[in-house]
Formats: sequence, structure tokens, C-alpha cells
Amino acid sequence: MISEALLQAFAMLRHFEGDVVEIAVLSLSVSLSAVCIASLLGVPLGAIAAIGRFPGKGALAVGLNTFMGLPSVIVGVIVYLLLSRSGPFGPLGLLFTPTAMVVAQTCLTLPLIAALTRQIIEDAWGEHGETLRSLRLPLASRGATLIWHCRFSLVAVLLAGLGRAISEVGAVMIVGGNIDRVTRTMTTAIALETSKGDLPLALALGIVLVSIVLALNVVASVTRGVAMRRFGN
Amino acid sequence: MDALLELSGVSFRPGGRVVLDSLELRLDGPPISALVGPNGAGKSVTLRTAHGLLRPDEGTVLFEGRPPPPGDTAYAGQALVFQHASMVRGSVLDNLMLARHASGLSRSRFREQALRMLERVGLAALVRAPALKLSGGERQRLAIARAWLTAPRLLLLDEPTASLDPGACEAIEALVRDIAAGGCRVLFTSHNLGQVARLSAEVFFIDRGRIVERGATADFFRKPRSREAQRYLQGELPWQTTSSTPRAAAPSTVR
Repeated sequence: MISEALLQAFAMLRHFEGDVVEIAVLSLSVSLSAVCIASLLGVPLGAIAAIGRFPGKGALAVGLNTFMGLPSVIVGVIVYLLLSRSGPFGPLGLLFTPTAMVVAQTCLTLPLIAALTRQIIEDAWGEHGETLRSLRLPLASRGATLIWHCRFSLVAVLLAGLGRAISEVGAVMIVGGNIDRVTRTMTTAIALETSKGDLPLALALGIVLVSIVLALNVVASVTRGVAMRRFGN
Repeated sequence: MDALLELSGVSFRPGGRVVLDSLELRLDGPPISALVGPNGAGKSVTLRTAHGLLRPDEGTVLFEGRPPPPGDTAYAGQALVFQHASMVRGSVLDNLMLARHASGLSRSRFREQALRMLERVGLAALVRAPALKLSGGERQRLAIARAWLTAPRLLLLDEPTASLDPGACEAIEALVRDIAAGGCRVLFTSHNLGQVARLSAEVFFIDRGRIVERGATADFFRKPRSREAQRYLQGELPWQTTSSTPRAAAPSTVR
């Protein structure tokens, strides 16, 4: 039965059946948007948490580490409450839209990206902190310099964020509603098709999901390798 | 005469361990001075404290009559080259550009100066080369160039030639002389006593966090006054112990 389903799945992929492509494109666009937003916020936040001197710095680090493992359904419920009609952002009418899914996945990946960035930048600060202080760089320039110095390691952080976003099902299911051709992503479709017994489509989507993540990792890994050979480890 | 740098009664005791102990250091002498002493005596900590990177538990630090700046930044008008020069992942020019803020120049003006500086330190051909792939000597010259670009009035060098070959040492020493000739005062630490003799005209000898002796370099090597310095020189230059006057050898013969 599994082999039969797999054969059908590959046949669907070979013919680029509309549903699969549409779902894959939506999943990718939602997750990439979420990771972009989370990176723009999370990388500077992680850098400040690493090199800034302010009260509550330790608590921020603990908070980021804790929220790194936040269950996606919890995030889904919180974003649902915020975006529902009676919630503070209800009038925006975002619930059950791709935007709501982007918001949920941003909330999910932000702590992960910020926490991993903090760890990487903190290590770099130990190595370069005295030099940057000696050169009297202001805090923002110190952070920017270290982010740039650690850019190849931070690519791995962004990939981890993308992996978390694209593979989660709980939050997008709650805030997106898994509406056909509107908010159906690969993970929600896999869950739905499996429950309906349509294993070929579920497997086809699973293969697409794994292939996308694999392709992104290969591209990032090759780019990182080339760049590190160019600039040194 | 006002001292360029003055450390008075400076004590530094991280975690209760005495690193600097009522240290007195007044830099008002010749252009190049050396801070000499055994491992763990507090040389690097003294330089960091003088630079403003470390704040003493007791005592005062004055550079050009000013206390250290607020926050965690170093003194303006000073530059410190560390024993292990840290470079960020980028080109040689990228690493020089880090000094732009301290120089106060515009980006284009600073870039021009940086390119001229690379020629001066013999690294012009490596302007686009990755800084992390430079040799030890090249990296140290780049670090000195970066420090020099901030137009310091006092340059602190922490073991600038540690683990470098003689050719690289010579290049660094020539640079230090150039910098001093340009009017910048230099205070450096070194275990290479030949280098101390070649470069400096004045020696501060530090032992267990205190300056125990200060004097002209020639006098220091010919006849150190303190027992600590005598022991240090005997230990550092063991071949002298065979002489009837153990401390009379001229260190300028040592390379």
C-alpha cells in the first residue's frame, strides 16, 4: 500500500498537478515571509541581547531560550485570540488569511532566531569585544560588525528558522483554518489528506516539503563553504 | 611636567585575586617606553587599564589629565594593539575601515588614508585579501595600521611580536619607530629583551602588579636596581649567569 501510494505521489509530482504546486507555493511564500520578518527583528535583538549592557539582560536570554521551544499550537491560540473579531486586532480582518499565518510563524521563529543569534554573537564578542571597544565603535556598529563577521553561521540560524516555520502545522491550522486554495499549506494539507485517506497526495506533498528544505540547505551549505574558503574560517 | 598618562595607586582585584597592586606609572619620558616583567606580573592588565578597557577597583587613571570615558569604551587619542590581533571575516580594507569611527573622518576620506596606510605598512598588494588568511606578521602589521589610522597620541602595544619570526619582528619594530617619529608616544610590553633594548629608551619593570623599577633602558640592563629585576634578567638571560658580573651583558646583542 505504501509503495502504491508512493508511485501515485511521484506520478502527481511528475505532472505538476495544480493542487500540489499551489499548496507548495503558498507554504513557501508564507514561511519565507515569516522568516524574513523574524530575521529582521530577531538577528538585531539577539545581537543586542549578546553585547548590550542593560538591566534584565540575563532574563532576556532565559526568555529567548525558553520561547525557542514554544509549542506551535500555543502560538496559534495566542495569535488567534489577538486576530479574532473580539481581539485587539480583530478589525483588521486578518484571521484565516495567509497574513495571519505569516504572523503566527513569525512569532514562532523569532525567539529561535534571536536565541541562536545571541549565542553566536556572544561567542564572537568574547573574541572581538575588546578590539571593538578599543576602536570606540558605538553599540549599533559593534552589533553590525559582529553580525557581518558571523554571517555564515547566521545563515544556519535562518535555515533552522525556516525549517521550524515550514514544518509546523499547529499554528497555521488554527489561524489559517486550512481553507482550500486560500490558506492550505503543505503541512495542513498533509494532515487533512492523511485523515481523508488520500495518501498519494499526502505523500506527494511530503516529498515536496522535504525536497524544498533539502534544496535550501544544499544551496546554503555550498554558498557557506565557498564563502568560508574565500574569507577564512 | 604634565604626564601624558598617569596611573596612581591603581589596584585591580577581580574575584579577590590581586592583579594590580597600588601601581604607579607616569609616562612623561622618551617617545618609546617598554613595560617589562615576568608572565602574570600584570603587563597586559596595565595596558588595558591605561586604555580604559578595564576600570580599576582603586586608584586613578589620567590620560592627558582626563579620567577614562564613561561607558565601556576606550580613551579617545589612544590605540591598543593586542597580542593576538583580532580580525573580522572580511578583507584587509574592511578591517581597516573599522577604525573610521575613531578617526572621525568621512568614509571616502578615511578610505583614501587607509589605502595610503596599507602602502606604508607594506600590505597594499593585499588590500582585497581576506584578513583571516594573513600570516602572523601581516596580521600584526594590519593591526598596527588600524591602530595608527585612529591618529593616536599614545599607542599601546601588547607583545607586538610574540611568536613572530625575526624578519616579521624587524618589520614591526621599523613601524613602531615610524609611529614614534611621527610624534605618537609608544608604550609596549615584550619578553624579547633584545627588542626592548633596540626600541625603547625607558623601561618600567613590573612585578606582582607593582612597578618596582623605572629607568633608562641602558641603565636597566647594565645595572638593575631592584632584586626582582635582577632575578628577572638572570632568568631571562641565563647565559649571563656564567659571567662574573651577571647583569653586565649588553642586551642589544640579543635578538
